[in-house]
Order: sequence, then structure tokens, then C-alpha cells
Amino acid sequence: MLFFSFFKTLVNHEVTVELKNDISIRGTLKSVDQYLNIKLDDITVVDELKYPHLSSVKNVFIRGSVVRYVHLPAAAVDTPLLEDATRREAAQTAAKAKQG
Amino acid sequence: MENLSLHEGGPHSGLPPGAQHMMPPQGPSAPPPVPQLPPQMFTTAAQLLDLTDKKLIVSLRDGRKFIGVLRSWDQFGNLVLQNTIERLFVGNLYADVERGLFLVRGENVTLLGEIDLDKDDYVPPPYEQASAEKVFELKKEEDMKKKKFDTKRHKKLAQEGFEGEQSGEAII
Repeated sequence: MLFFSFFKTLVNHEVTVELKNDISIRGTLKSVDQYLNIKLDDITVVDELKYPHLSSVKNVFIRGSVVRYVHLPAAAVDTPLLEDATRREAAQTAAKAKQG
Repeated sequence: MENLSLHEGGPHSGLPPGAQHMMPPQGPSAPPPVPQLPPQMFTTAAQLLDLTDKKLIVSLRDGRKFIGVLRSWDQFGNLVLQNTIERLFVGNLYADVERGLFLVRGENVTLLGEIDLDKDDYVPPPYEQASAEKVFELKKEEDMKKKKFDTKRHKKLAQEGFEGEQSGEAII
């Protein structure tokens, strides 16, 4: 759930999503869900002429399972906070595993 | 509509300030970087709801592209498309083939694009429309070549101990 929460903090930022079929799509992150499906608005496709089917498209829904990378705006990411959150979640998971 | 709020007390949950601290911890109770939008915005359903009854281009994992009107869907991303056409691209040519009503299993979908009706069916210049038969033939040829190439590459990678991301499946 951590990265779901993390992506929620990036809503309305510009990101580039690289898919497993090598298409890179840049756009404004509008929404994300538990599967890390991503919705982008005002998209531009890197190397657009290679992918002509996307030239009349303004916003996309990308299935989480086909995403290879998401390029993030470094300024929008609080790395220490993310590290803390990761440790906290790891500690919680460990505690839960002990209980159960 | 008021009853829609989920477990997470959002900014509109109606709890007095401070009451949230008394709630038993649910799920990851680490203070999440405060989401600005209500949680029900961040569901598959909310994302697909916006696209319902819109004209979409659906790109599948095998590289096929379908253009149709999204009529129904579920949480897995299974889709029902109406008045679907398949658009084949090969070289600098493209062709449309009428396909009718479609149910697409979610796992095969890579991407749904809402078509800007101002730029409806715009295909950029070097691409020209051709007859379906011609494009279909060329496409078959191209796919064969691609398949051969992919199998070869996959074999070579396998020899080196790599396993391809797409296990030899042609992805365009």
C-alpha cells in the first residue's frame, strides 16, 4: 500500500510512464489505484510518429501491470520521508508476522 | 452520497477534530502524506467511470488497437466495447476493419486512451489509409518477420540465462 499512498502524493505532477512495450508517455498524473493503474492527462508520447494511434488521444488509463518505469519529478519526492515510511511499514509487517 | 466515505476518515468524514486519533489503527497507520482528494477518487472504478460511454482507443498486449465506445467494465479491467473497429498499422499505411461488439479480458489491456473528439481519427501525415486487404497482407508478413526475430532473440537470451519480459510474445 505504500507506493499507492506515495503515488497519491504525486497527483497533478508531470510524470513519464514507460511501458513494457517501450512506449513512453508523459503527462499529468491524475489518478492512481490499488493496482497502480495510472491515469494521465494532457499526454505527449515520446517518439510520437512511431505510435500514430496515440496522436488523437488526450488522456490515458494505463494498466499497472504493463508499466516498466515511472519517471518522477525529483523535486516532488521527499526521499527521507519515503525511507521512514518504508521502515515503518517493514516494522509493522514484522510485528504482524510475530503476532499471527 | 454522504454515506460513500470509506474507513479512512477523510477531510469530510464529519468527525470532530481530534476524534480521528481515538480510532483504532487500521491498515498502515503511519501518518500518510495527507492525500488532498477523497479516497474514493483513487479506485479503478472511479478511473473507468470517467471513460464510460466515451470513444476510446484500446491497445492490447499483442499490439492490436481497437477503437470503440466503452459501455461496461468491472474491477479487473474487463471491458465491453461497442461499434468497435480494429485499426491496423503497417509501414506507412493503416486500415480500419469493422469488428462490432467486443468483450476484452482485462489482463490483455495495456492502455485505454480517450479520443479527443476535436482531433477525431486524426492519423499523422506519413500514414495513409489503404484497403483493409492490402494492409492485412502486409501486416501478416510483418508479424511473421517480427515473430521470427523475437524467437531468435529469445533463444539467444535464454542461452545466456536471461528470460525475456514478454516470453517471445510480439509486442508492438
